[in-house]
Amino acid sequence: MKKMLIIAVMAILSLSLATGCSKGGSVSTDGSTSMEKVIGSLAEAYMLANDSVSVTYNPTGSGSGITAVAEGRCDIGLSSRYLKAEEEANGLTATILAYDGIAIIVHPDNPVAALTLEQIAAVFTGEITDWSELGGESGSIVLIGREAGSGTRDGFESIVGVEEQCAYRQELTSTGDVITTVASNPNAIGYASLAAIKDNVKMISVDGVIPSEDAVKDGSYKVQRPFLLVTKAGSELSADAQAFFDYITSPNAAEIISAAGAVPAN
Amino acid sequence: MKRSDKKRNIRGRKNKRLERAIHGVFLLLGLVTVGCVLLISVYLIISGIPAIREIGLIDFLFGKTWASTAEDPQFGILPFILTSVYGTAGAILIGVPIGFFTAVYLAKVAPARIKSVASSAVSLLAGIPSVVYGLVGMLVLVPAIRNIFNVADGASLLAAIVVLSVMILPSIIKVSLTALEAVPKEYEEASLALGATPVETYFRVSVPAARSGIAASVVLGVGRAIGEAMAVMMVSGNVANMPSLFQSVRFLTTAVAGEMSYAAEGLQRQALFSIALVLFLFIMLINAALNFLLKRKKEG
Repeated sequence: MKKMLIIAVMAILSLSLATGCSKGGSVSTDGSTSMEKVIGSLAEAYMLANDSVSVTYNPTGSGSGITAVAEGRCDIGLSSRYLKAEEEANGLTATILAYDGIAIIVHPDNPVAALTLEQIAAVFTGEITDWSELGGESGSIVLIGREAGSGTRDGFESIVGVEEQCAYRQELTSTGDVITTVASNPNAIGYASLAAIKDNVKMISVDGVIPSEDAVKDGSYKVQRPFLLVTKAGSELSADAQAFFDYITSPNAAEIISAAGAVPAN
Repeated sequence: MKRSDKKRNIRGRKNKRLERAIHGVFLLLGLVTVGCVLLISVYLIISGIPAIREIGLIDFLFGKTWASTAEDPQFGILPFILTSVYGTAGAILIGVPIGFFTAVYLAKVAPARIKSVASSAVSLLAGIPSVVYGLVGMLVLVPAIRNIFNVADGASLLAAIVVLSVMILPSIIKVSLTALEAVPKEYEEASLALGATPVETYFRVSVPAARSGIAASVVLGVGRAIGEAMAVMMVSGNVANMPSLFQSVRFLTTAVAGEMSYAAEGLQRQALFSIALVLFLFIMLINAALNFLLKRKKEG
């Protein structure tokens, strides 16, 4: 009885070993750290459906990702900024995978509902320190941000143009913490991925546009940036890379992209 | 030689062999612990040294700016060191008196009923995960500090100190309690027989006799306070400011925990290891200092 059991277990083990060995193709992606969550969930879903293919992701930053694809060191480059003219001149093309919309949030009781991009920059750099300067009730503004290295922080600061100049009161380590903290302090202002916002905080309209998926897609909402797939124009992707590329840009992948906190482009 | 003697001899030899085997097992198990400590120490030192060397020891320890992801990164951890020192000192300042008097009360004065209820409450306090302390702190304490002190935001060194002082209570109470209960009854009876009042007896006889245990409880408290990360991270705001009571601050522990998940390979990650090394040295230093103090008191 015991022997049989052992043999059965051995058989199952060796079988699983055999499937593990079966070699399939691989797709390498390289670039923006902010896209980690989106690409991670897409790769996971894709590998679940196609277990012979392995998708790798190397979080190096948009610039390095673009260089990597230009030099042929990866299949697909990932960039969270638009390509520069000279990069396009070098024969690279970008396909928009999704948009990263970042909502500026305040406490629901805060009367301030609209700000301009310049006002937001002035608030986060500490030039404006009191809500009364923005038409609210007087009270010093409490800046809630994310920790250094966070993709949302990087995105927000680069769009608003306040890199490394923000005078945060709190640096929290998750989107949820930011929302909870803003929801509990009437003087707080913070930012978080559009997809994560709930009713317990109020979204500020930027330059007159209230953030929504549509406003992000048509470009009228300013605090957003694209998530790009960068490939070489002219040269073809490998069959595996092309299949992955088609899958993540298809409407089927939209739900996964939304779940990862971005606005799908397709 | 009588037969029974021979038998006893054989049994004795057998016993000795068994004894030796058991000793060996114990030694091995003891070495596992020592091995872990050695492994962690060596690993921390090896991975912590490169960044310190690159940044420079003085710039690293006494630099006032931490900007690890800036274009021109700066790695000064003085704000973290001071925050950890102030935070721990504050927690000890609040936690030790409360814990100490609770322990004296429970050990000497409290009726059996109250004592059993209070003791289980203390045990429960010790069992609460630190993330729960952090959550309650974030949702109750931080807004309360904002309202009571009328400051813009409650996430501050003060909030961290309050959370830490509650967190170190169980270790202080439990260890002090055990030490106080271990004081021989005769000491107290003698003191009472000589005409001292009960309170005089507790503080003049029982407490000095339990001195080393009480000091050990403070060491444990310091260790727990300086090493806590999760709860502190949720209430202290995590900005690398120089510490002040109502400012958002970052501790040594939260500096490591907060950036580790995103830290790119290279100097930033290495610098985080260096912070961990500094934290480690701090705990060693505190332990050594208190051990030294204890010894001197005993001799003197």
